Amino acid sequence: MPILVRKLLFFVSNQYIMLSGSQRTGKYLISKNLDNFFIDIRELTRFTLQFFKEVFVPPYELQETIRQCYKLGYKSLFLITSTAFITGMVFTDHSRPSLASFGATSWLPSFTGVAVIKALAPLITSLICAGKIGSNIGAEIGSMKVTEQIDAMEVSAINPFKYLVVTRVLATTFMVPLLVIYSGLIGLLGSFIDVHRNDQTSFTVFMYDAFSKIGYVEILSSLIRSVFFGFTIGIIGCYKGFTTTKGTEGVGRAANSSVVTIMFLIFLEEILLVKFFNPFYYG
Amino acid sequence: MKNTKHDKVVVIKDLYKSFEDNEVLKGLGLELYKGENIIVLGRSGSGKSVLIKIIIGLLKPDSGTVEVLAEKIHELDKKELIKLRLKIGFLFQHSALYDSMTVRENVEFPLVRNMRNMSKSKINQAVEEVLDAVGLTDTIDQYPAELSGGQEKRVGIARTLILKPELILYDEPTSGLDPVTCEEINKLIMKVKERYKTSSIIITHDLACAKQTGDRILMLSEGKFLRQGNFEEVFDTDDERVTGFYNYNFIESNEN
Repeated sequence: MPILVRKLLFFVSNQYIMLSGSQRTGKYLISKNLDNFFIDIRELTRFTLQFFKEVFVPPYELQETIRQCYKLGYKSLFLITSTAFITGMVFTDHSRPSLASFGATSWLPSFTGVAVIKALAPLITSLICAGKIGSNIGAEIGSMKVTEQIDAMEVSAINPFKYLVVTRVLATTFMVPLLVIYSGLIGLLGSFIDVHRNDQTSFTVFMYDAFSKIGYVEILSSLIRSVFFGFTIGIIGCYKGFTTTKGTEGVGRAANSSVVTIMFLIFLEEILLVKFFNPFYYG
Repeated sequence: MKNTKHDKVVVIKDLYKSFEDNEVLKGLGLELYKGENIIVLGRSGSGKSVLIKIIIGLLKPDSGTVEVLAEKIHELDKKELIKLRLKIGFLFQHSALYDSMTVRENVEFPLVRNMRNMSKSKINQAVEEVLDAVGLTDTIDQYPAELSGGQEKRVGIARTLILKPELILYDEPTSGLDPVTCEEINKLIMKVKERYKTSSIIITHDLACAKQTGDRILMLSEGKFLRQGNFEEVFDTDDERVTGFYNYNFIESNEN
């Protein structure tokens, strides 16, 4: 099935590009933007397929992958900690009046537990990572592209795709789920502080209630979604960086375009994956 | 001693390359012999950089053949191309140093990635040797942003030397440098040739560089080689395209 989809996508985009002849003649079938959109889809598909081709072939850049995990993951901890904590606290605070209006404030721990673990932690963490990591990758690789550092790797008999792209995509795919777990726990901590301040609920009781409505399916769904989000952050950031043109202006555009595209795709994936996981939640 | 067919390091025949409607190279031919430095002279935009990017396999020609170290570079698969590139050094116009790495890391990078079983002490020894050859041992722990233009070029040359190439391609080695530093880089190019027994193609529009470092000069204009020979032979002509280039560069270098 994926091969069929891939072939269909290539066929459609190739036919479109052939008909429009946009690159050669400057004439477009519908519009310049639509032509470029199809070209982008085709190139991004190629780029992603190349990742899967390169990732299993030695030599493996383990040391560089670990360095990227540290750089992209560990160095995002402060931002993730502060935003997750504030999100948990503010969400609980805003939810309180609605639940209080029908005397259900005791539901706050389980309510926020479900919200944080199922929705807020994966989505907000991924969006923050899109801004911080996605733009970082896009700008870094983009600047390497325009200053010929990528060409320099290639002529030194080094595979720049393996060294720059495979390592970063693996790092984001591995680190974003870990950051999501961490952000979920910190979000719950923020929520606990708000609940404890108002209702004097103990930590043990809060956590027991918070996890009472969360099963393996909910946790697994969040983790699987965040693997997709992490992969998207890495591959789009690298693709935008690798396709940077027009000097320093292009680097800025690559960083900006990385963030916008990643965020759009994360929302799109969220809709599709939530639809996919819904039958598992409710049997 | 006369060079034979077996001594040919680069052989280019009937090379064409265009970008959209702009025909950059129009049927070029070139032969580089072992131990020889050839200069490709030409104005900006004449296709000099395109030529060496085709030689290293970064660009594909539209037609024609390019043989490097007896291998047709554009017919090689990925593995063969990597193997061949280990024998070729390339100095970029703006050096293209990795700005997140120190001088040591920049220089050892090709070695570490390509000779994975090499011990740390051997790598350090090789790095120190090439940095010594380019006269830059004292900057080993600095970052590219802390180096001058001339020092950056030297590190670039050291990085190409670390894999002990048989052929070095220099893209505008003296561009953007003051005359004194240009002179130092020219001397360094000659020193590298003597010490490492390399053959080189030097792309430049700098006449002093051409005169000092070239055994043979090829004048590129409008996608073709107009003239070739030694410095005096190339410029002993009434062709306005050649005399114009000479006069323009002569005035420019005097102004500097």
